Amino acid sequence: MRPIEIVTQLLELAAALAAAPLFVGWINQCRAWLQNRSAPSIWLPYRGIRKLFHKDAVIAVRASALFRLAPYIVFAAMVVAAGIIPSMGTRLPVTRIADAIALVGLLATARVFMSLAAMDVGTAFGTLGARREMMVGFLAEPALLMIIFVASLISATTALPAITEHLATQKLGLYPSLAFTAIAFTMVLLAENARIPIDNPATHLELTMIHEALLLEYSARHLALMEWAAALKLLNYACIGFALFIPWGVSTAAGGPLTLFASIPVLAVKLIAAGGVLALIETVSAKVRVFRAPEFLATAFLFAVLGLLVHLLLGA
Amino acid sequence: MTPALHSPLDACLVILVLWGVIGLAGLVRPTSLRFVARGLFPLSALCSLALAAVAVWSLGVAPERAMLVVGLPDLPVHLRRDGLSSVFLFLLGAASAGISVFAAGYFRRGHGTSAGLLCLQYHLFLASMGLVMLADDAYAFMVAWETMAVSSYFLVTTQHGLPEIRRAGFLYLLIAHVGATAILLAFGVMQGGSWQFTFDAMRGAHLPAPWAAAAFLLALFGFGAKAGLVPLHVWLPEAHPAAPSPVSALMSGVMLKTAVYGVLRVTFDLLGQPVWWWGVVALAVGLFTALYGVVFAAAQSDMKRLLAYSSIENIGLIFTAFGLAIVFRGVGMPTLAALALIALLYHCLNHAFMKSLLFVGTGAVLHSTGERNLGRLGGLIHRMPWVAWLTLVGTLALAGLPPLNGFVSEWLLLQAFLFAHEVPHTFVNMLLPMAAAVVVLAAALAAYVMVKFFGVIFLGQPREAALAGAHDAGLLQRLGLAWLAAGCIALALFPTQVIHGLRGVVRQLSGADLPLEAAPWWLLEPIPGRQASYSALGFLLAVTAVVLLTILGVRLFYHRRVRRADPWDCGFARLDARMQDTAEGFGQPIRHIFGSFFLLRRELPSPSDRAPRYRVVISDRIWERLYGPLGGLVQRIADGFAWVQQGRIATYLLYSFVTLVALLALVL
Repeated sequence: MRPIEIVTQLLELAAALAAAPLFVGWINQCRAWLQNRSAPSIWLPYRGIRKLFHKDAVIAVRASALFRLAPYIVFAAMVVAAGIIPSMGTRLPVTRIADAIALVGLLATARVFMSLAAMDVGTAFGTLGARREMMVGFLAEPALLMIIFVASLISATTALPAITEHLATQKLGLYPSLAFTAIAFTMVLLAENARIPIDNPATHLELTMIHEALLLEYSARHLALMEWAAALKLLNYACIGFALFIPWGVSTAAGGPLTLFASIPVLAVKLIAAGGVLALIETVSAKVRVFRAPEFLATAFLFAVLGLLVHLLLGA
Repeated sequence: MTPALHSPLDACLVILVLWGVIGLAGLVRPTSLRFVARGLFPLSALCSLALAAVAVWSLGVAPERAMLVVGLPDLPVHLRRDGLSSVFLFLLGAASAGISVFAAGYFRRGHGTSAGLLCLQYHLFLASMGLVMLADDAYAFMVAWETMAVSSYFLVTTQHGLPEIRRAGFLYLLIAHVGATAILLAFGVMQGGSWQFTFDAMRGAHLPAPWAAAAFLLALFGFGAKAGLVPLHVWLPEAHPAAPSPVSALMSGVMLKTAVYGVLRVTFDLLGQPVWWWGVVALAVGLFTALYGVVFAAAQSDMKRLLAYSSIENIGLIFTAFGLAIVFRGVGMPTLAALALIALLYHCLNHAFMKSLLFVGTGAVLHSTGERNLGRLGGLIHRMPWVAWLTLVGTLALAGLPPLNGFVSEWLLLQAFLFAHEVPHTFVNMLLPMAAAVVVLAAALAAYVMVKFFGVIFLGQPREAALAGAHDAGLLQRLGLAWLAAGCIALALFPTQVIHGLRGVVRQLSGADLPLEAAPWWLLEPIPGRQASYSALGFLLAVTAVVLLTILGVRLFYHRRVRRADPWDCGFARLDARMQDTAEGFGQPIRHIFGSFFLLRRELPSPSDRAPRYRVVISDRIWERLYGPLGGLVQRIADGFAWVQQGRIATYLLYSFVTLVALLALVL
């Protein structure tokens, strides 16, 4: 392992952990602006997490060890995922242990533990949330894997850094297959991160909630970890999107160590833009009924499959 | 040890005989549960372990043959052990070791077959499965195959007092025999006019292409009936729940794999040169089976039926890999065929461990609660922590989640699919990558099913008051569960080592090798130069390290204060166990999305009902679409021939006479 690899790895992890709540705060701010509200502080997510860490944990009497363990596993899964996704540099030693398919598996593991934990206390909302979360999961996961398949076929590998490397060093060309998959990916991102139109992140008490229903029984440090993990997940998804569709500006193997530092502002710009786009999408669309979620995600899946087909037909 | 034991084949035979002896020993004191369960079953488990050890030892040994002069004159039993046999013998030994130990703690005094007889049937079943994998001529194979079917039939109908169990047993026996007939016909085609029924003769026979295809399709049908390919799967969800749990584990974990063994043996060994379109057929059937199985699994409310449908799904995935391997082999891409075959064999091993683990887990639950219906279980993680946590390993494995073993084979399969577009047949090369989408959908649905399975049984509040008396599994049961869970974990963490063991077999089947030397021992990198790698060990270490660091950080910087209180549930105070999702509730999204798969009958209460009732019956459309008309057809044909049965002895003598004359005319 060369020093540059370790530096890249640590920088990415630190950046992801630090920037994730900020990204959520930024989206909330953009959304407030777009909705003509006065925006909350961009630092609010940090304050929330800090406050939660200081509180006493209240756990339901019936909760088992699985319930207490789940936040740590979910958080760890998101941290490891952040270490795999090449958001700044492609020289990531950790990626050898998990390629893009394993990354999808890692996200699924987090989801399964979250759902199991929600079922553990045995409340009406918990099981309801678990059921819906798993439903969104099994609809979104195939779409996500198809998206990754398209990228893998283009670059002949399933290792994310290698995909990014390949796409970033390619001369600028038109990839119609990637255009289709980008649409699919955006839809998957919205669904997987409990955003409108599938779920409403701004609500805590609604019969149609998904993500919040899973967290209802959590409090204090467990809730803080879950919230942080959710923010990390959103950031991770955004970074997967960057890695697949706008990989430019990432420090590749050919570039010197300095390109790594040049990639920090590039990532910041991408995140700011992505946050704005996300807020815009959430502002102009309405939340759909839970029963319509399958249609939404089936569309995403079809877009991904269409991307695959276009790639196979046109070879681009 | 006698000098004869120098070869693994002899050792295997000795173990099979020992199983037979243990089975017969059960008849000495058939009603003594102590003797049979606590005495004989642990001994049998030791035999299983020995078989697994011999199989591992024999992986590197060249194929060997033996001939036993038993049975009919001039028809000796030919036996042969090669790499493929060894893999499946290992599967049989390793999985049955755990199951037998569990069974030692499981059997109780009850209705139905006595313990001694059960012991005989159980060990006949084991020994016949071993013999299936060693047989080297069609006669021996069919005798072993039928012994397997019949002994398992008796095991399924252990509780033969109940009419629904007799019905399940009959259905199983019927489909097993329809399948066996097709296998017999396949052998008949494969002897290719030489009238030699040894496998060697079949290897040497050069069949014309249409006959080879016919043999393959017959074998696919015949072995598919045993494996549970749709639409021949109907016996599986009936027979598996009917059998005692260790038997269900054995049937699902091991017996279904004998069918995979059979179809591999026929396609890659006896027929030798598979044609690519055979693979497309197998792939299509496999994919449909996988999706069908998992969708039905999600809708079940009986825990053993749920697992049975999940087995159908896994068999579907195995046949998908099988089809892919044929396609690659047929178009001259042997390295990729090797990759698909590795995925196939790996999934067989995985499924043997994880499904056996879950079946014996349900056995423990069934024992302690007397309940198979998911709607009456819940909260058992507090009452049965051993069973719950060990079952969780199998649950996560079956859900295909890293770092457990189910993920490894899925990963390998998807890696193989990523090359499918290179197949030099237009249209096929576009449809094959689409097939990966179905594989992924089935895998994602499997996670849904497993969350339902584990969540409804072990988590939440107990749905019945009687569950408060549930007790954890006994020592032997725990040992069996732990062995199977350890198998899952070992298969998960050391994929490179397992694949090294499988390489010889895969070389034998596909004619190519996977170059694995390039990667370090902890890293799975099946195709060098693609940078596609996965390491379960590294994965587990990374996640564990972050978990530990987080726990440490939280403790260090904050505090570890915890208060226990009533559940919050949005401030709703009068929460009771009936407000959780039942199995039906949890399956509701599936029924909504995949409604066209099911035949739904619903009883909805009207608003004025004094005692409202809601009932959903989900049944297989296959019954009304296929088996109903088929049964009617058979009935009509039989009715048409009924006039032959006159009931007069003279008429029957006439029939014999006419037949005799006709045969003589044919021969002379």
